[in-house]
Parts: sequence; C-alpha cells; structure tokens
Amino acid sequence: MAMFIRVDIDPSVQQDPALGKRIAEVCPVDIFKVADNRLETVEANLDECTLCDLCTIAAPGKVTVVKLYR
Amino acid sequence: MRFYEFESKQILKKAGIPLPKSHFCKTADQAAAAAFEIAGPVVIKSQVLSGGRMKAGGVKFADSPGEAAEHARAILALPINGLMPVGVLVEEKRAIAQEYFAAVTWDGRAKKAVIIFSDMGGIDIEEIAEKHPEHLSRTHFSASRPFSDYIAKNAVAGVGVTGNDLNALTRIVAGLARTFLDRDMTLAEINPIGKLEDGSIIALDAHMDMESEAARQHLDLLKELGVGPEEKRQARPPTQFEIDAEKVDSADTRGVAGNLTEFDGNLGLIIGAGGGSLTLFDAVRAAGGRPANYCEIGGNPSVSKAANLTKLICAQPGVEKIAVMMNVVSNTRVDIVARGVVKGCIEAGFDPAEKIAIFRIPGSWEDEGFAILKKYGVPYVDRTVSMDEAARMAVENTKKKA
Ligand code: SF4
Repeated sequence: MAMFIRVDIDPSVQQDPALGKRIAEVCPVDIFKVADNRLETVEANLDECTLCDLCTIAAPGKVTVVKLYR
Repeated sequence: MRFYEFESKQILKKAGIPLPKSHFCKTADQAAAAAFEIAGPVVIKSQVLSGGRMKAGGVKFADSPGEAAEHARAILALPINGLMPVGVLVEEKRAIAQEYFAAVTWDGRAKKAVIIFSDMGGIDIEEIAEKHPEHLSRTHFSASRPFSDYIAKNAVAGVGVTGNDLNALTRIVAGLARTFLDRDMTLAEINPIGKLEDGSIIALDAHMDMESEAARQHLDLLKELGVGPEEKRQARPPTQFEIDAEKVDSADTRGVAGNLTEFDGNLGLIIGAGGGSLTLFDAVRAAGGRPANYCEIGGNPSVSKAANLTKLICAQPGVEKIAVMMNVVSNTRVDIVARGVVKGCIEAGFDPAEKIAIFRIPGSWEDEGFAILKKYGVPYVDRTVSMDEAARMAVENTKKKA
C-alpha cells in the first residue's frame, strides 16, 4: 500500500492509447503500466516516485502526482 | 577476502618467491600419493581459515606415505575453531637453520603501507614486538609510487641481516610487497621464512588477505585459484542477519543498502556516505552506545531497498531503536531514504516516531525528506548538528525505553 505518493490519471488519457503508452515509457520507476489499452498505476511502485515530473511533462494536465505527506 | 595457505602459496609462486614442494589434497589417498611423490619426510597441514592449527592438532609430520595418509585422514575430520578444513597441504619437510618473519600491511595511523620484518620468525609477531623490539623493523612506503627493492632491503637490513641472506631476503620481501600492492591485499605475510641448512631461503607458511571490495578487480587470480564469485572468506562465517542483509542489497541494483556486520547491541544503525558509516559507528560507540550492526547505505537506494533493510534491522532481537544517519549527501536523496525507513518501521509493526532514535541525513531533497519525517513524528536534525552530536542524541534517545 502506497504511503507517500498517489498518482491520479485523468479519464481522458484512456481515449488516447498513444499518450498512455508515452506516459508509461517516460516514468523511470515503472509507476505506470498499460493493460488492455488502459493506463494504470502500479500500486507496489508508487512510493518509488522520484518526483521527476516526466509524466506531467509528457501529458500536461492529465496526470497529477500527489504527495500524501504534504 | 582471506586465502588458504595453499592459495597464498600459489600467489607467492607467481611472484617468484621460492617455496617447498607441496600438494593440496582433499583425501587421505591423495595425501599418500603426494608424500610418495615428494619422497621424503613431509608435513601435513590443515587448510582452514583459522589460526592455532598447530595447537589444535591440524599440523602433523610423517615419514612415509602411509603415515601421511593416516594423519591426513585425522586432520580432514578435525574442526579447528568450529571450521572444517577444505583439504590438507602435504609439503616437504625441510631442516631449518633460521626463521624470519615478513609481512606487508597498512598502517592506519601513518596512512601508509608498511613492511614488518623480523629475524625471529615462527613465533607470534606481537610477542617479538613486546619482548624483542630490536629484532623487528617497520619500514613504511608509499603505495602510490612504484615499489623499489631498496625499500625491502632497508626492511631486512633493519634487523642486522647482511651478505647473501640480505640479498635473498630482499628478493622475497620485495616480491611480497609487490604482490601486496598489485593484488590489493590488506595483509601479505610469510611466517616463517626459512633459511635451510644449505643456505637457501624459502617461504614456509603464508597468509594473504585481499580487500573484499577489490576482489572484482582480480577475477583472473580468483579464477586461477578456484575461488568462486560467491565466496566472501571473511574472518567468520556470516550470521543469518548478515546473509539476509546481503539478500536485501543484491535483490535491487539501485544504490547500496548492505555490507552489514552484526554486533550484539541494542541500537540498529542505518548509516553511510563517504566514510560516514565508519565515522558514525565510532561516534555511537564513543557516546557510550551499543550498535546492533554496522552497515553502509548510499548511491540512492530505492525506497523498497531502504525499507527492507530497515525492516530487517528492526526485526532483530535486542534492537530497541534505530538511528538513521549519514554525512551530507548529494547523490543519495534524503526524501527517498526517509520514505524507506518510515515505511520499513511501519511494515515491521513499529511506530517510526518511537522506533527511530534520530534521523540525521542532510543534503539533496532534504526539505521533502524532513516533511515526511515531520508528518510521522520522527526526530530529525539537519546539517547544523554534527555527526558526533547526532550519534550522542541517538544513544540518549535509545536509553529512553523504546
Ligand atoms: S513524477 Fe516521475 S517518477 Fe513520479 S510518476 Fe511521474 S514519471 Fe514516474
């Protein structure tokens, strides 16, 4: 269970499989995966988030990284 | 990484140091065949990574192959200080006229390599230093410059050796020193070096210890000696705690969270950064603390790696609290380690605010790290608090009941 980080994916990302794939590719710690053409987060990896913002740069406004400790 | 005598002698042989005829044997039959081949009196020596072989009955003499086999059988079944031998060394027995001692090691105070030489070999070097200091020379040299034979000559001449013996011993000591440098040894010792009745000089027993971190630089030698990559060859077999920590470290390539050594104290340590581990371990002891372990973290370990190490340390019987301390970090992120140790405590069933005696890791991403610690009520300090002071605080906090 992630304790420090939550990542929210805007539902519109699911309409754009190429964008979903790009988001999954840019994350250095495998926080995203594409399954059945849907972008999902990998619960076990969420706390590894490096706060690098690569996902939010790849999909401005479509992915939000939330620090649960703030 | 320690080497058995038979391996140390193979290393000496490569350096051109003269040795008696010998064979490494794993069975009594092989020992008999070795004694037959040597065709004379032999000595049979237990190959075990422990001192005190002679006293424990691990060294015996034989005049025939049958006797050699008998002794080998007994020695192969004889544990010495809890360790079983990996074989025996069957070696020709030579008549010795004089014994010498030579060792090359590091002098931590002088921060230089040092040759220790004595014309009283075969006995404990500490005893020589204490009772016969005039029979012992210490010759420091720089490890950053090419080794010159004259340094070895000074070491040997330092106890009054002259003439042919000086020349022969200089060659042996120079070979030993070059092996020490070239093979990243922490100790290269020959004790005794024997002067035979015919005047020739040979290495009779040897002890080599390679810097573990350098082992990967010498895979050629290790392969030649048959030393497997998984062999650590430390001073004692690893404890289950140490084995489990090694598994934590090797399960994830991100950063380091391992190199753990178990102690019997009550304060678990998660320490590291540019020599910080040793400094902090010493600081805890100087403050009257009793570490439960030594370890090294750095290179930005993942959250899960830091968490798994924390869980493991917290789970050790007798560990009341843990201290998470590093020097100022640049390539390790404070927030990632903070997440790991908080998570590890919680997953081990402890309240991080209670279990963590002190968190002192200043450096990159410290604001994020401190925000995490604040949320979980973990006591933390920044770089304005020295490592010594943080260690003292950890010891004080541990005294309060966990
Ligand atoms: S911020 Fe970086 S590490 Fe975190 S989810 Fe986005 S891409 Fe992955």
